[in-house]
Amino acid sequence: MNIYKAPVVSNQKIGKLTYLLKAYSPEIANNISPAQFCNIKVSESDFPLLRRPFSICDVDDKHIYFMFDIHGEGTRMLAAKNEGEKIDVLSPLGKGYALDDDYDTAVLIAGGIGAAPFPFVTNYLKGKKEILSFIGGRSEENIITYGFENYVIATDDGSSGFHGNVIELFKSRLNSFQKERIKVFGCGPNPMLRALKKLCIGENINAEISVECAMACGFGICQGCPVENTEEHEKYSLVCQDGPVFNVKDVII
Amino acid sequence: MSVDLSIEIGKLSLKNPVMLASGTVGYGNEISEFMDLSKIGAIVTKSVSLKPRKGNPPQRIVETPSGMLNAIGLANVGVEEFVKSKIPFLEKVNSTLICNIAASTIEEYVECTRILHSEECIKGFEINVSCPNVKEGGLVFGNDSSAVGRITEKVRAVTDKTVIIKLSPNTASITEFAKVAKQEGADAVSAINTMVGTSFDIYSRKPKIKNITGGLSGPAIKPVALAKVLEISRNVDIPIIGIGGIMNWKDAVEFTICGATGIQLGTVNFINPFAALEVIEGMERYLKEMKLGSIEELVGTYQL
Repeated sequence: MNIYKAPVVSNQKIGKLTYLLKAYSPEIANNISPAQFCNIKVSESDFPLLRRPFSICDVDDKHIYFMFDIHGEGTRMLAAKNEGEKIDVLSPLGKGYALDDDYDTAVLIAGGIGAAPFPFVTNYLKGKKEILSFIGGRSEENIITYGFENYVIATDDGSSGFHGNVIELFKSRLNSFQKERIKVFGCGPNPMLRALKKLCIGENINAEISVECAMACGFGICQGCPVENTEEHEKYSLVCQDGPVFNVKDVII
Repeated sequence: MSVDLSIEIGKLSLKNPVMLASGTVGYGNEISEFMDLSKIGAIVTKSVSLKPRKGNPPQRIVETPSGMLNAIGLANVGVEEFVKSKIPFLEKVNSTLICNIAASTIEEYVECTRILHSEECIKGFEINVSCPNVKEGGLVFGNDSSAVGRITEKVRAVTDKTVIIKLSPNTASITEFAKVAKQEGADAVSAINTMVGTSFDIYSRKPKIKNITGGLSGPAIKPVALAKVLEISRNVDIPIIGIGGIMNWKDAVEFTICGATGIQLGTVNFINPFAALEVIEGMERYLKEMKLGSIEELVGTYQL
C-alpha cells in the first residue's frame, strides 16, 4: 500500500457516460489483483476533499486502467484529465475475487458500471477457465462490453438483448450449467447484488460479489464503510478492508 | 541550528507536537504501513468504551464542501478486547500512546480508565465528552459543564497519567468547559471535536447519512477550531491541543500561534497518510526560518 503519482497516458470516452483512463504505473500494475481497488485524489485542492474509490479495470506490464461513469464532480474532473497530467493513486486496496478455486466455468455478471473490474478478471482467467459473461443495464446506452468475452446482454427496457434484468437472464440460462462446476463473480448496484445473492444461495451456487460503498480512507482507518455480515452480528465488516469482494454467504446487503 | 520540537503535557513529554487524532487512525496498525510511528508525537487511539460498540449502520460518511460528515457511532472492540488484541501491537510501536475513552455514564469513564491505567504502554488518556454521534453520553456530557467537571474529577482520581479532556465546539462557551477541566485536575484540553451537521439528498429528500446528523470535520471547520483554541488560550491557563481541519504544516503553525501546545491531525490522514511526517518537517523548517529555537517559543504568540 502506497501513494503513486501516475501520469495519464490516455483518457477515452467509451460510452455515453463512460470513460476509460489509462495511466503509467508499473508499480501499481504489478502489485494489484482483479477486483482490488485504488483510491484516487482527483484534484490537488480541497475540492473534492476525499479520495474516490475505483475498481482496477485492467493492467498491462506498465499501465493501469480505470473505467468510470460521470456521476458527480469527482468523476467529471477525472474525465477531464489530459495526457501527461498525474493522478494521485493510493493502491492496492481491499481483497479481490478468489479466481483460482476449483471450478470450470467463471460466470461474470455485471450491472452498469459494475463492468469495471471485469476486463482484468477476463484477462486473468483466459486460458485457465471457461468464461461466460452476463452484462446488464437500464438501456442499450448503459451496456458496457469493453474487455468482455463470450457475453450476453440484458436491458431493463429491452433496447438490446434480453428484455429484463441481468439476474433474470442468468436464471433463465441456469439449466445449461453444471451448477457445482461454476463460480459466479458479480459486480453492480446493490439491488442487483441482492437478487444475485438470493438466487445463488437458493441454487447452492458458489458466488462472490464486489460491493460498493461510500468511503473516505479506503484502508480501514475511518470505519466509514460498514457492511452487515452473517457471522458476527456484534460487528460490521468493512467494505474497504474485508471486501470489497465477499462471498454471497458472508454479507447482508 | 537545530530546533526543539518537544512539548510537555502534564507528565508527558512528546518529541514533537504532532499527534494523530482519535478515530482517524484506528489503533495504528494500518497507518503504520505508511510511516514510522516513532517519528510522531503521539497516537490517540480510536475511542475505547467499556463494552464493545457495533457503531452506526451505513451510510456513515458523506463529503460536504471542504469537509466531511461522519457518524461512525464509536464503533470499537471494547476495553477487554482492546487490551487482549490491540495492546500487543501498540506495545511494539515506538510511539507515545494516548488512549481515547468514550462512555455513556460517569462510572464507565472511570472503570475504563482504571482498567487501562495499568497498561504500561498507555501514557495518557483523552476523555471524549463530546462525541456528537451517540444517543446517550457523548454530547449530553459535552453540553453540561458540571458533568464534565465530575468526569474529570473522577477520572483524575484513578490515574496519575496525563488526562486530556476533549471538548465540544457545540456549546455556548468553550471557556467555561476548559475552566472546569482545569479546576478538576485535567492536564490539558483538546479542542475541537467535530461540529454537528447534516446533508440531504434533494431528490429522495432523505439525509445522506443514516444517523441524520454527523460530525463535520476537515478544512471547513478550521476557522471555528482556531477561534475556540484562541478563546481558551486567552481565558484559561491550561495546555491546549488544537484539532480541526489541519491539512498541512501551515495550519499546524497557525494553531500553535493561536495557543495550541500540541496539534492533532484527523481527516487529512484519510487523504494523505503521510501528512503527519510532512507537518513535522514543515514546522521544523518554519521555526528555523523564523529563527526560533523551540516550538514552545511559538505557542500563543498571537499579535492581536
